[in-house]
Amino acid sequence: MRKPAIQVMTANRLTDGVVLYLARDDQWVEQLGDARFAKTDNAVEQLQAAADAAVQDRLVIGPYLFTVEAFDGGFRPISQREHIRALGPTVGTDMPAAASGV
Amino acid sequence: MYAYDAFDHAFVQDRANEFREQVARRLAGALTEDEFKPLRLMNGLYLQLHAYMLRVAIPYGTLSADQMRRLALIARRWDRGYGHFTTRQNIQFNWPALVDVPDILDSLAEVEMHAIQPSGNCIRNVTADPFSGAAADEIEDSRVWAEIIRQWSTLHPEFAFLPRKFKIAVTGAEADRTAVKFHDIGLRMRRNAEGEVGFEVIVGGGQGRTPIVGVTIREFLPKQHLLSYLEAVLRTYNLLGRRDNLYKARIKILVAETGAAVFTEAVEAEWERIRGGALTLPQDEIHRIEAHFAPPLLVAALADGGYAAARLQSPDFAAWCRSNLFTHRIPGHAVVTISLKPAGGIPGDATAEQMEAVADLADRYARGEIRVTHEQNLVLPHVRESNLFAVWQALVAADLGTANVGLISDIIACPGLDYCNLANARAIPVAQRISRHFADPALVEEIGPITLNISGCINACGHHHAGHIGILGVDKHGEEFYQITLGGAADDDAAIGQILGPSVPYDGVVEAVDTIIQTYRAVRQTDERFIDTVRRTGINPFKEALYADR
Repeated sequence: MRKPAIQVMTANRLTDGVVLYLARDDQWVEQLGDARFAKTDNAVEQLQAAADAAVQDRLVIGPYLFTVEAFDGGFRPISQREHIRALGPTVGTDMPAAASGV
Repeated sequence: MYAYDAFDHAFVQDRANEFREQVARRLAGALTEDEFKPLRLMNGLYLQLHAYMLRVAIPYGTLSADQMRRLALIARRWDRGYGHFTTRQNIQFNWPALVDVPDILDSLAEVEMHAIQPSGNCIRNVTADPFSGAAADEIEDSRVWAEIIRQWSTLHPEFAFLPRKFKIAVTGAEADRTAVKFHDIGLRMRRNAEGEVGFEVIVGGGQGRTPIVGVTIREFLPKQHLLSYLEAVLRTYNLLGRRDNLYKARIKILVAETGAAVFTEAVEAEWERIRGGALTLPQDEIHRIEAHFAPPLLVAALADGGYAAARLQSPDFAAWCRSNLFTHRIPGHAVVTISLKPAGGIPGDATAEQMEAVADLADRYARGEIRVTHEQNLVLPHVRESNLFAVWQALVAADLGTANVGLISDIIACPGLDYCNLANARAIPVAQRISRHFADPALVEEIGPITLNISGCINACGHHHAGHIGILGVDKHGEEFYQITLGGAADDDAAIGQILGPSVPYDGVVEAVDTIIQTYRAVRQTDERFIDTVRRTGINPFKEALYADR
């Protein structure tokens, strides 16, 4: 039987567009590694409810869920798009704020 | 250059003030994101993968040195120290914070710049020949007409909510440097049998998921009727264009579905109704705009001995002169293209320091003028031959001295999946790999004139359909693959590239391009350009070479 997908809620911060992930206690963090990983339908619903509230509170915009997979003791996004959102552009000279310390 | 009058200043500042209020209302919760999104897009502000992105309009790709310095200041103060020049002759900043954008727009307004209409279903920033007012092959300065169109189209109430975005290009020279046949409307200055100058009107060109080369619907349009004719085209499109399907809403689909003859008939009927009315351009108004673009007083000079000697002494300078200069209309001068495509670089990117270096060179050697090309390079339009060596040395010092304009490493690339919300695959790293592979100047020159364009999705911002070699990124089950086309062209012989075969993986693109180039070198005839070889042989030799072992 297929394992249920592991999901993470992401969005961009309203004020500056920075990529955020929903973490414990409904906090939004900049590192994917600190995100909350939802493995059940109930956990996904909780993520959705917290994201809806954050939109209402004008903390974030455009929240959506994406799928990750277990990797090397942690999790990593399945899609290239989410890899790049998490780690920044791959062009060699332009890093996201979280990675570059900007 | 066009200089704002009191109306323009007030208009642009009012718009910046209005957006400041809209941002404040958004942050205060008076506007939802659904309400705010169309407002921010009307002011060039997108939300991309990592951050907001601000697209600043550079009308017809013309900048003053002071405006370039302001872009550098914005890059440094509110972004990450660089900007990205686009295939629409605009500039994009990849990392602005929403809370800073009102200040950025104020700063732009101070130097007669803005971010009005670089997005949305309206008439976008009008593009023009980047060599306008300088090229030896020019009939008339296309910026005059681009500015007239800009004034007519800015916040035009009837055309604020078209079925889709609408792009107009104007070229005033014999050779097309604007990809005029790939625009919703392409205007090409022509002389008629009587020697009068007017416009050939080309309609329905475009790229995206349905690439189409535009068709000429009027061979000659007298200049004074330009706006009434454009209004007739836009009105016909606005009435008949599809709004039920996003992918069929561009004018190219309307023209293709109705047929060029029927579409032309509808336009001409509407034009007959409105021609000679309020939109007829008075001569004094044309002269008023022309005066803004009066050519600089350049004195013709004999061939400069120092310039010739420098070319002999420095092979690198000589190579740069061969690829990066174009013939100026005044003897003893040159049009200089500054490549933003160093080996391994990001096509179209310039740091704040580089922008300032270009601005200083423009002030010192090019009458304070700079242009942006749709190939994502910059231009100093009026440089005296005797100053070319000094200009080149300064460019080299600023890492802007790459001698590759029109050659294989002069790659057009969209931001792709590294930045863009719409992209399926990366474009910039592919360009970086290819330009590193073809970093040897001697090899690049030996390969000769060629265009290589890369898009990260079917929207084709990287103009892959029109590249001699086109590369389109696609997503195959979460992996990046690249479809390769050959034979596209954006110039006078505009054509859409033909797909070679199955797409290749990310790691196979450089090898595939190398195979195509090796095949070309093997089958070309003496002095035959790449595109001419492809046209002569067709794509089969390339296809066989590329897929022989697959």
